[in-house]
Amino acid sequence: MRSVRLTARNDFEQWRAAARRLLLDAVPPDEVVWLDPSAPHDLFVTESALAEVTERKVGVVPQRFIDWAEAGICHSDPERFALLYRLLWRLQKDRGLMEARSDPDVGRLDRRVAAVRRDAHKLKAFVRFKSIADDSGLERFVAWFEPEHYVLERVAPFFVRRFTGMMWAIVTPYRSVFWDGDSLEFGPGGHKADVPAEDAMEAAWKSYFASIFNPARLKVAMMKSEMPVKYWRNLPEAELIPSLIRGARAAEAEMIERQASIPPSRHVRQAERQADDVAPEVEIGSLSAARDAIEGCRRCPLYEMATQAVFGEGPAHAEVMFVGEQPGDQEDLAGKPFVGPAGKVFDAAMAEAGIDRERAYVTNAVKHFKFVPRGKKRLHQRPNMGEVKACRFWLDLEREFVKPSLIVALGATAVASLTGSGTALSAVRGKLTELADGTRMFATVHPSYLLRMPDRAEAERERARFVEDLRQVGRLLG
Amino acid sequence: MTRLTLQRKLSILSDAAKYDASCASSGSVKRSSLATGGIGSTEGSGICHSYAPDGRCISLLKLLLTNFCVYDCIYCVNRSSSNVPRARFSVEEVVGLTLDFYKRNYIEGLFLSSGIIRSPDYTMEEMVRVARTLRETHRFGGYIHLKVIPNASPELLAEAGLHADRLSTNIELPTDVSLEALAPEKKPSAIRTAMAHIEAKREESRPEGKIEGKRKPTRLAPAGQSTQMIVGADRATDATILGRSAALYSGYGLKRVYYSAFSPIPDASSKLPLAPPPLLREHRLYQADWLIRFYGFNVEEIVSGGADGLLDLKLDPKLAWALRHRGAFPVDVNRAARETLLRVPGLGVRVVDRIVTSRRHHRLTLADLARMAGSIDKVRPFVEAADWTPGGLTDDAGLRRKLTPAPRQLELF
Repeated sequence: MRSVRLTARNDFEQWRAAARRLLLDAVPPDEVVWLDPSAPHDLFVTESALAEVTERKVGVVPQRFIDWAEAGICHSDPERFALLYRLLWRLQKDRGLMEARSDPDVGRLDRRVAAVRRDAHKLKAFVRFKSIADDSGLERFVAWFEPEHYVLERVAPFFVRRFTGMMWAIVTPYRSVFWDGDSLEFGPGGHKADVPAEDAMEAAWKSYFASIFNPARLKVAMMKSEMPVKYWRNLPEAELIPSLIRGARAAEAEMIERQASIPPSRHVRQAERQADDVAPEVEIGSLSAARDAIEGCRRCPLYEMATQAVFGEGPAHAEVMFVGEQPGDQEDLAGKPFVGPAGKVFDAAMAEAGIDRERAYVTNAVKHFKFVPRGKKRLHQRPNMGEVKACRFWLDLEREFVKPSLIVALGATAVASLTGSGTALSAVRGKLTELADGTRMFATVHPSYLLRMPDRAEAERERARFVEDLRQVGRLLG
Repeated sequence: MTRLTLQRKLSILSDAAKYDASCASSGSVKRSSLATGGIGSTEGSGICHSYAPDGRCISLLKLLLTNFCVYDCIYCVNRSSSNVPRARFSVEEVVGLTLDFYKRNYIEGLFLSSGIIRSPDYTMEEMVRVARTLRETHRFGGYIHLKVIPNASPELLAEAGLHADRLSTNIELPTDVSLEALAPEKKPSAIRTAMAHIEAKREESRPEGKIEGKRKPTRLAPAGQSTQMIVGADRATDATILGRSAALYSGYGLKRVYYSAFSPIPDASSKLPLAPPPLLREHRLYQADWLIRFYGFNVEEIVSGGADGLLDLKLDPKLAWALRHRGAFPVDVNRAARETLLRVPGLGVRVVDRIVTSRRHHRLTLADLARMAGSIDKVRPFVEAADWTPGGLTDDAGLRRKLTPAPRQLELF
């Protein structure tokens, strides 16, 4: 039987040096006794000297073992060194051992690692610094903390990253750490009395704690599982907990039972002012009035999920009006028609055909985006005839105010909306049709149709045809 | 008017802020004060520095700049018709409190919201000023969450995103009709447009590919945007609520939708249900939301089979789904695909990942599963393992009753 006494509680390098020696000597795990620095000396075991270490590398281990061992060695379990050595021993034969979460030894280490990480996390969370200002006005911050495991060394760099510009110290029963703004130093453990009992901000903090608590949502077990009672003695706010809980039911009942009060005079004055401001309902008399009014449109259910109505854009008396189907994802976000991928195709084709988009009024048959959500994407849905019909109210207003001499229908939905019939696009494409009010309509495909074509050669042919249609529009405008 | 002490203001303006459920301080970029010599850091995962007896984490100093408000939203404690005590912080007071609390390690940072005073732009400008002062004057590197005031100018929102880790705009209620009834001054499309502006600005600031030798552009609101929906103040069903969430997640790249059970407030309006908050319903909605985002379920699957578009309050939504689809079980833990395992009641994402790595080494038994999953009462009827098959248990008519947890006593202290 060999025994190894370590001088540090949580020094991975020291354990590694000893473990390498043992492995080199092929000492099986059940023939080693590992001793914590605090373990009593056992008269019946001959302790081997610490000098028996080696820097020589012995075999290889997966990175996960190193990561876990560095954390696991901080656990307060006196068996931690032995557990690590047993795993190291077994890893020599079974390289994949660390992947087997179902193995009892791996599970044991896993739980210890989790406990250490949790304790380290609680140290980050529950340290409460107290300010000490000296006569020169220099401020220092000190905290007392009682961790369950030996985690101070692991967490200290976190406090450096967080409080670089402060001078601070954390004192625990087993060790302490100081940061002076430049360097980190560790010292011996201390006592609660080493740290001031109070701090000037604690009254404000307690007042915040009491106010942010909602008495109508009492969940004490949840609080205790996340903030175990063992930490309470060093948390200034914790002394309020019993009285907050005692008062909670009464506070909730009072809120429920109390009659609504009479509004303050400030509110009444304001409500009167607002009542005077409300404009009477008027008929929509201009394009800009229509643009304002569409915000409140409830003619079909599409308003509910879309971001906003996307109204037409362009000169108020444009000679030509382009009518698409409906706004897409990007149009919905931007509130402008034809700015997404189909809009880019449209712009390029317009430029190629020599038509200035700035001269045209561009709009859609349906003003709200229709989609189904799929994870992080919204999938475009074609509007149905009911939605197209409901939205014709707005398209008619746009036609009435803009009075274009030519309307270009882009795609089947626009044709359906403008003609009010089920005319197939193929029957009217590239031709002039006279609408009910005498306006000329010219029909072509929707630019998004070109985006959907899988075959590149065919897409290019269709695109050329679309540009040719637009050239014809240009000639019609003269 | 008598002057309020700072502590009195703190108590009024934190009391008024508690109805916003979000307290997350995670998911931002890494910042360290080693780089600036100031104070403050963010390292990805947030830290809860305390817990109130309502079980909620206290991570951020959650404050309103003021609880004076020109709006009269019926569900809100700060509505203009309410008689709650009012107060207003100066920008410097909020900055001072944030720094003092942060230096004592009470908080991860600041969550600032506000009642609307004068105009949306004026209010937003004041909030942005707090964030700017913290970042620029005090080199503060902690977490900042700013509430967005809808209708504030897009330029202000962009500046807010420059200083804040997270922005949030509350959708408040699941349907536009409810919002208009309960919050007459709020415009649903203005709320969604604010989210759309932020998403668009965030997209613009997203670095494309690797930029060699150049500093990456500052990412706007690196921890993303979130929203909150009140549950139980109107008659919307869970199907409507989850449908709204799905649309928000898909449209604006939201990180989170928070569900807030409508809770009685001091000096409440008589137009609202004055009852204890539906906490269990809120819990089920969060579970359903998780299933949709991380477990491959869609809204229809989760709500179908429930009564009137409501989730089953007695069972968690995954177990309820499994009981309605017993034909899909049992699932062999040694063979089934990850997506299939994710649908097994009682198996979370982490446990599923462990199953997938462990089974490469040996065939898993029920005991192996128990070691990885903790409790397997819920799992057992739905899986097969090397030494286990549920036999008739999967189709047992009494299974639902066996798996329904006993109603809990009120929590005593």
